[in-house]
Amino acid sequence: MDYILSVATLAGINMIAVLGLSVFTGFTGLFSLGHAAFIAVGAYTSAVLTYYYYVPFALALVAGSAMAGAVSLVIGIPTLRAKLRSDYFAIAILGFGEALRVLLENLTITNGARGLPGIDSFTTPFTVLFCLAVSVVLVSNFLRSRWGAACIAIREDPIAAEMAGVRLFRTRLLSLMVSAVFCGLSGGLMAHYLSFIQPVMFTLTQSTQLLAAVIAGGMGSISGPLIASFAFIALPEALRVAQMWRLVAYGLLLVLIMVYRPQGLMGYREITSLFGKRRDDGRRER
Amino acid sequence: MSAGHTFFSVTGLTKDFGGIRAVDDLCFSVEKGSITGIIGPNGAGKTTVFNLVTGVYRPTSGAIHLMGEPIGGLRPDAIVRKGIARTFQNIRLFNRQSCLENVMTPLLQRERHSFVGSVLRTPGARRRQRDLADRGRSLLASLGLEPFASQQANTLPYGLQRKLEIVRALATGPELLLLDEPAAGMNPEETKRLAELIAEIRERFDVTILLIEHHMDLVMNICEPIVVMNFGALLACGTPDEVRSNPDVIAAYLGKGKKSHDASAQG
Repeated sequence: MDYILSVATLAGINMIAVLGLSVFTGFTGLFSLGHAAFIAVGAYTSAVLTYYYYVPFALALVAGSAMAGAVSLVIGIPTLRAKLRSDYFAIAILGFGEALRVLLENLTITNGARGLPGIDSFTTPFTVLFCLAVSVVLVSNFLRSRWGAACIAIREDPIAAEMAGVRLFRTRLLSLMVSAVFCGLSGGLMAHYLSFIQPVMFTLTQSTQLLAAVIAGGMGSISGPLIASFAFIALPEALRVAQMWRLVAYGLLLVLIMVYRPQGLMGYREITSLFGKRRDDGRRER
Repeated sequence: MSAGHTFFSVTGLTKDFGGIRAVDDLCFSVEKGSITGIIGPNGAGKTTVFNLVTGVYRPTSGAIHLMGEPIGGLRPDAIVRKGIARTFQNIRLFNRQSCLENVMTPLLQRERHSFVGSVLRTPGARRRQRDLADRGRSLLASLGLEPFASQQANTLPYGLQRKLEIVRALATGPELLLLDEPAAGMNPEETKRLAELIAEIRERFDVTILLIEHHMDLVMNICEPIVVMNFGALLACGTPDEVRSNPDVIAAYLGKGKKSHDASAQG
């Protein structure tokens, strides 16, 4: 039972990061191969605060998220101002993520490559559930706002979006910042759940996994990536009995999704629309 | 001739792409409340002029003025806020969004909302969003698109997609509306109805219209004056009758066939 709960907790932490990335990739249409860096910033900032300075956990989480948001400006301002197109941007942020990891490996306060051991494990399954719920509400409200509409317009057609009065640079930057903030929150929760963090935990592999969850779940959906990210964490654990084959199964799942549902599990819809759908159709027929 | 500044003008507008001069020292002006047409052979630089006016391209040289204010070289979204909106030759809608969402996006961008209020979805934010949705629906209704409000934009028939693009442009609250080949792909009957619609839009929304079109019947019926471009430069400018009888225009664009066709039709 404890084991299942801990897997679910880790999945929940991962889901918050995926939620953040889906704002940027799924709803604004820019690919990122470096969002693990923002998780790292959140993790290290909050861990250093509670570890060395005994800052209250909640405050440390907020500080970690804020720091991740601030760091996103460092890479966001030059690249997004230059209007780097999707793949170029993805590579620029990949370089940034790796550079940041190397920085963490060489700072004294982060204890270098050996990592920070013995962080207080403040994160409980309940904290994660609460943070996840709040995040989902905030993100869906954001997407319905003026700024969310601007993000989606940019994803659909950047030129037409500008002609509709959308400020391209500012909106993309805001979207990156929002996504980084949620990744930072996820990092803070992670550090205080595992009670040990190390720079090698935040590599390209993790960034790729986040991106895979967003794409497999459906760009332009909140529920899709959340389901996918849960599955990606839970499935390898569930398949531990077949140790040798679990990574094969994981890869196979990704391939199958891309072949049979290239738009992702949920495509551009939400899971809630599945329940409301039948009634709508009936009304239209009448 | 109006006193004071002209409503909209381009002076000495030039755009080079590498060694190719797409727009060459172009000058023309648009009177408030008019429906001005731009015609010319393919590749004459008509759409480039639209792209320069709306900030998609930066002019190599020359000036663009709207209501006395220079707008050349501003960002597209800044130009939209100054009061210029456009549609595109090849339709550019927010395809996977509903018709209402397509119209809501420009409406929302004109508002000043508090970020915190929107993210927390306070009662005030909700109310404002509802009011805006009502405005979006009435805009859709004004061009007969209200029944399709919740339908995804790219599932609409072609003609309605063109209309939706016009509604989206109107939602930015423009003074000057640029239409890039609004009748492209329409049959004569549809073109006729579109001409009526354009005239109606000018009255109802109190906008000035500048349009590019190849359908001569539409241009000759509703546009006055007409600007003729050839090889990026101004070839002629005047009333439909002046343009029609201009020998340069006939040689470059209209062709002699039109006249003999008219003559044979009468005879």
